[in-house]
Amino acid sequence: MSITTSEFSGRRRLVLKGAGVAALIGLGVVAIAPQALAANDKYPEDAFKQKGQADAIKALYGKTAEPSDKVKMDAPEIAENGAVVPVSVTTTLTDVTSISFLVAENPNALAASYRIPAGTVPSVANRLKMAKTTNVTAIVEAGGKLFSATKEVKVTVGGCGG
Amino acid sequence: MIIRRRELLKATAAATLAAGLPHLVRGAETAGVYDLERFGNARILHITDTHAQLRPVLFREPSVNLGVGAMAGQPPHLVGKAFLDRFGIRPDSADAYAFTSVEFEKAAVRFGRLGGFAHLKTLIDKLRADVGERRSVLLDGGDLWQGTGLANTMKGADMVEAANLLGIEAMTGHWEFTYGEQALRDNLARFKGEFLAQNVFLTEEAAFNDAKAFDPASGRVFKPSTIKDIGGHRIAIIGQAFPYVPIAHPKRFTPDWTFGIRDEELQKLVDGHRNNDKVEAVILLSHNGMDVDLKLASRVTGIDVILGGHTHDAIPLPITVTNAGGVTLVTNAGSNGKFVGVLDLELTKGKVANVRYRLLPVFSELLKPDPAMQTLIDKVRGPHVADWSDKLASADRLLYRRDNFSGTVDQLICDALVSELNAEIALSPGFRWGLTTLAGQPLTMEDLLSETAITYPETYVASMTGSQIRDVLEDVCDNLFNADPYYQQGGDMVRVGGLAYTCTPAESAGKRISELKLPNGRHLESGKSYKVAGWASVNQQSGAPVWEVVARHLRAGRPANRDAPGVTLKGVDDNPGIVRQG
Repeated sequence: MSITTSEFSGRRRLVLKGAGVAALIGLGVVAIAPQALAANDKYPEDAFKQKGQADAIKALYGKTAEPSDKVKMDAPEIAENGAVVPVSVTTTLTDVTSISFLVAENPNALAASYRIPAGTVPSVANRLKMAKTTNVTAIVEAGGKLFSATKEVKVTVGGCGG
Repeated sequence: MIIRRRELLKATAAATLAAGLPHLVRGAETAGVYDLERFGNARILHITDTHAQLRPVLFREPSVNLGVGAMAGQPPHLVGKAFLDRFGIRPDSADAYAFTSVEFEKAAVRFGRLGGFAHLKTLIDKLRADVGERRSVLLDGGDLWQGTGLANTMKGADMVEAANLLGIEAMTGHWEFTYGEQALRDNLARFKGEFLAQNVFLTEEAAFNDAKAFDPASGRVFKPSTIKDIGGHRIAIIGQAFPYVPIAHPKRFTPDWTFGIRDEELQKLVDGHRNNDKVEAVILLSHNGMDVDLKLASRVTGIDVILGGHTHDAIPLPITVTNAGGVTLVTNAGSNGKFVGVLDLELTKGKVANVRYRLLPVFSELLKPDPAMQTLIDKVRGPHVADWSDKLASADRLLYRRDNFSGTVDQLICDALVSELNAEIALSPGFRWGLTTLAGQPLTMEDLLSETAITYPETYVASMTGSQIRDVLEDVCDNLFNADPYYQQGGDMVRVGGLAYTCTPAESAGKRISELKLPNGRHLESGKSYKVAGWASVNQQSGAPVWEVVARHLRAGRPANRDAPGVTLKGVDDNPGIVRQG
């Protein structure tokens, strides 16, 4: 699956609405149903429009995150395809209400944000498009606080392996 | 060659052949260089990165192999005298010739070629006979099926036959994958050993489409590990394929598979073998490359020894790495059939009590070729050798490849690309395989293929801007010098022709390359376009195979370009990973 640039922001919206099934299949993830989303909140358009990571987090949550080893993010060191980089998050934190992904140096840092309904296993796997080598950050909102994990993912032109 | 044999016997009483691990008792000097003192109760033999070199080779080890950050000055990033001092090898010895580039041309004449599968067979059979029936195992770390014109033409099938005759019981892979899934599976169907890879999984799409997998539940494409009974002891062997196959090579060869280092999955596997299978030792047969293995050893617990390859580092002694669970030893066994790693384990009370390791250079002059293997080699080479034995030219100087930034054989390839394809600038991949030819020796197509035989050899001519060229150099340079080994891919710096530059390896990504200049002294302009020729692109290309382009260049007898490679290094003054001239 490759995502073209023009599909990019549209796709993020689909994932947010819980229609991004391809990315979620079989991973024990329950994306929020559209009606629940509607009842809970509206689409955080402003957060997705922010360029920088700090601004996006502020727009989405209105507070800052602290790094936590209870947020376990799995991402490759070097992406096999920058257009679809598999990144997943699980956490041992309780009372998780949302999980978000940010790619620091993408044109718009916020890549995806998931609402986690009560009683759901807090585990999300998705694939992010990355413009270049940069940090990927996962944010877990739990008990009203923000916790994060960050890893650098390299996007390379490839070739020249020994 | 009686004189050479005597020279060798005199000169091989050096440290490595008799040395055990530090802190362990050193073996007494042995009568014959390959008569090892008996030690322990299970012997594991390891070869890696032979690159399909069925016949004995000349292969010059690097004179530039820089380490940066925490890796600076640490094995494997030692060359020349610093290497000899670190491992206690006498400068004029046969070992110095096998392990370093010190006085290579003189020593090559004195000590001759190394390796060759018929010679390997003789040595391996002896090392196995010495310990007795079922007390040893033979492992191959991958890059077994690629590196010659013959292997490329036969998609590795020749090497499967040689591997079966040699008695390889388990292997992992890297270039093996570049023949594509079908050829790989066809070869494995005929391979009598096991192909192990814990870190190759189906992509989500392939899993969804029920693509073939060893374990559909986990998505593991290959068997991850095997348990061998060696002398009544249960030893787990885990395979670790090269983690970056779809990045370093065209993705079209492995569209359904995803790789990676995957140390969490590895940890689970190790724990399972320890806790459930009650093995006495865990060995990782790795194609990670040595820097990656050293980091992995510090993170993953429960592995006794990592038998490593990929980076072609011939390291005489294991490096001890401490981790949360204890200690893991890390080795790397060189390349091109030059060495056999001998790991003797003393297993008592269900665990490894002691080990002894030797990396034996395979001096062809000291070993009688095994007749059955020699017959097989002659048989598989037979149909092609006539086509490839015409002399194209004579080597105008020592032709070698290995060094971080350039090698004379790559300068020759770049010259051919610039001149035959009318380009301003040439790019050539920094592979670490490829043989060495002494000045004055004839160069045949078979020799040329041993430098270039890959499944994506097509040349290209492209228009690239100065900033694009700089980006490529930066990108490849980071694969080599990223301070975190997990972000390195192995391989050396892309070679350039028609361009000079300055490199500061210890800088961060994007800041290492500067002062890019054309031969006329002008700076490369960011916005200007240049005509660039190259080969081995990860994108599909349609030009003539590079060996045809270079052969045309050699046949035309053009005067050799003797310009020194235009790479100026900064910040490496005290680094023992570089041999200084003069």
